[in-house]
Amino acid sequence: MSEVLSYSDVNRRSLITPEGINLQVQLADIGARIAAYALDQLIINVGLIAAFFIIIFGGIAAGPEIAITIFILVNFFVRNFYYMFFEMGPKAATPGKRINKIRVASRTQARLTANAVFARNALREIEINLPLSFIFMSGDSIDGWIALLGMLWSGIFLFFPLFNKDRLRAGDLIAGTWVVRAPKPILAADLAAEKTVLESNYIFTSDQVEAYGVHELHVLENVIRANEYQTVKDVADRIRNKVNWEKGMSEVDLEFLKAYYAALRGRLETRLLFGVRRKDKFDKG
Amino acid sequence: MSDQITLKSHRFRAEREDSWKELETILKAIEGRGMKSLTDAQIVALPRLYRSTLSSLSVARATSLDQAVIMYLESLSARAYYVLYGSQIGLGKRISTFFLRDWPLAAKELWRETAVSAGLTLLAAILAYILVTNNPDWFYTFVPESLASGRTPVASAETLRETLYHDGDSSGLGLFASYLFSHNSKVAMFCFALGFAFCIPTAILLLYNGFMLGSFIAVFAEKNLGFEVGGWLIIHGATEIFAIILAGAAGLHIGKAVAFPGELSRTESASRAGGTASLLMAGVVIMLFFAGLLEGFGRQLITNDWLRYGIGLGTLSIWLLYFYAPRPIEGDN
Repeated sequence: MSEVLSYSDVNRRSLITPEGINLQVQLADIGARIAAYALDQLIINVGLIAAFFIIIFGGIAAGPEIAITIFILVNFFVRNFYYMFFEMGPKAATPGKRINKIRVASRTQARLTANAVFARNALREIEINLPLSFIFMSGDSIDGWIALLGMLWSGIFLFFPLFNKDRLRAGDLIAGTWVVRAPKPILAADLAAEKTVLESNYIFTSDQVEAYGVHELHVLENVIRANEYQTVKDVADRIRNKVNWEKGMSEVDLEFLKAYYAALRGRLETRLLFGVRRKDKFDKG
Repeated sequence: MSDQITLKSHRFRAEREDSWKELETILKAIEGRGMKSLTDAQIVALPRLYRSTLSSLSVARATSLDQAVIMYLESLSARAYYVLYGSQIGLGKRISTFFLRDWPLAAKELWRETAVSAGLTLLAAILAYILVTNNPDWFYTFVPESLASGRTPVASAETLRETLYHDGDSSGLGLFASYLFSHNSKVAMFCFALGFAFCIPTAILLLYNGFMLGSFIAVFAEKNLGFEVGGWLIIHGATEIFAIILAGAAGLHIGKAVAFPGELSRTESASRAGGTASLLMAGVVIMLFFAGLLEGFGRQLITNDWLRYGIGLGTLSIWLLYFYAPRPIEGDN
């Protein structure tokens, strides 16, 4: 089946369920992932600073020794297990990822296992901390050169997601995972069933509804949903021109578009039932 | 006119919308409060709703041109798919299978890499031992000043003996142990993570670890403290060095899979190797936790050489038995 939906095709990957349905998942974009990472780091660090003060003040009674020991352990566990804990949960996403509406998923049909989550996060060490450790490597000029070379080399891991089409981190590659968009599904109202459309008395001739294909129908749907005054007016004029529609005295652009949308969709769907999918206006099929 | 406007696709949607909404409510409950929050009726309904939503999606793709419906159904089905086919094993069960089966099996499966990794460490240790024994200057090449902390070839036998039994006073032990734990796991993580770059950095790290080991032993052996340094090392080293060797093995395993994917694609090969290797790594972190305790407390509090050897060799044989002893093959999986 050819894909004609008008949203970004570059990021779409197919995922065949065991039932044999091709679910289309969308990869998370780099911006969302960076934002999620930054947010998670913020949460971790603010949390640790808070923990530091609580432990230090609480630990005065028990002795500074124990307090610092506890803090070192807390620091280690939080830094290493924050991602694992959240990504092993039912949402498979850290708070940063949730806010950016993305989640971790298995690349294959297999389940997202705890091992995979562990693996993808264990590699964070080389992706982020290795380049950082070279940056903070101070010293004389020779050490400087080594640091620079090391940084370039470790930069390969840092920028790994930019150089492959699935935007995999090195960790994702090892773990067999990827990061996909997980938008909350919202069912928008059906434009063809609105009261104004049903009660309107626009009647289009057969020729008039033959003017466009599926692609134009979807563009039209987006225009109606966005409902920007100037765009609606321009599009309505274009369509009237194309189909030779005489603009009535009290005709509202948006209503005209909705009525035409319903008529066009009706026609195209009828043809779809007979096995003909008219891709766009150039498709004479 | 009216049949032009009340579209079939709209009727289709109106008929099924309620069941989609029902699925959405159940998914929300699962994602929020887990499977346990569902009523019996909801649990029974879930697979039915999931399948009917999938079939709605197929029908919608074939007959409807309403983008909103298709996009909604796609994202709803994907969400339901992730819930139904997501990880469902409880944490307790997960942890017990890890200890009873997954971890030792992973170690066993990577025995070749473990042998190579141990071989590299041993080779480097022997080499460093010979070099430092013949010319103590080599010591400074292998061991950075900060790590040596006075344990250099020029130190007297007395000072060296002192470091074996009294480094750090006992009040700071907890601090020391926790520091060692987070430091060592970092080293092990690097050993593992760097394997990804075709094994080479992991091999270098393992060799370097071996060099340091060999040089330390050489320095002490020079002053006839060979037996004593053995006890000092083995009490925690049996666990710690073993853990780092296993981490190296995990890294080598991945590096090998990336470099020589065989008939699989490179990414597929890497992710397959990654599964076993990361299981082993999770175990390594646990081993290092014990090693940190042994090093921080055990080594400082137990100063009898024989007892040190006993504990060290004891833990080593426990690990070896745990990983490599034959065990009954389980039916599932």
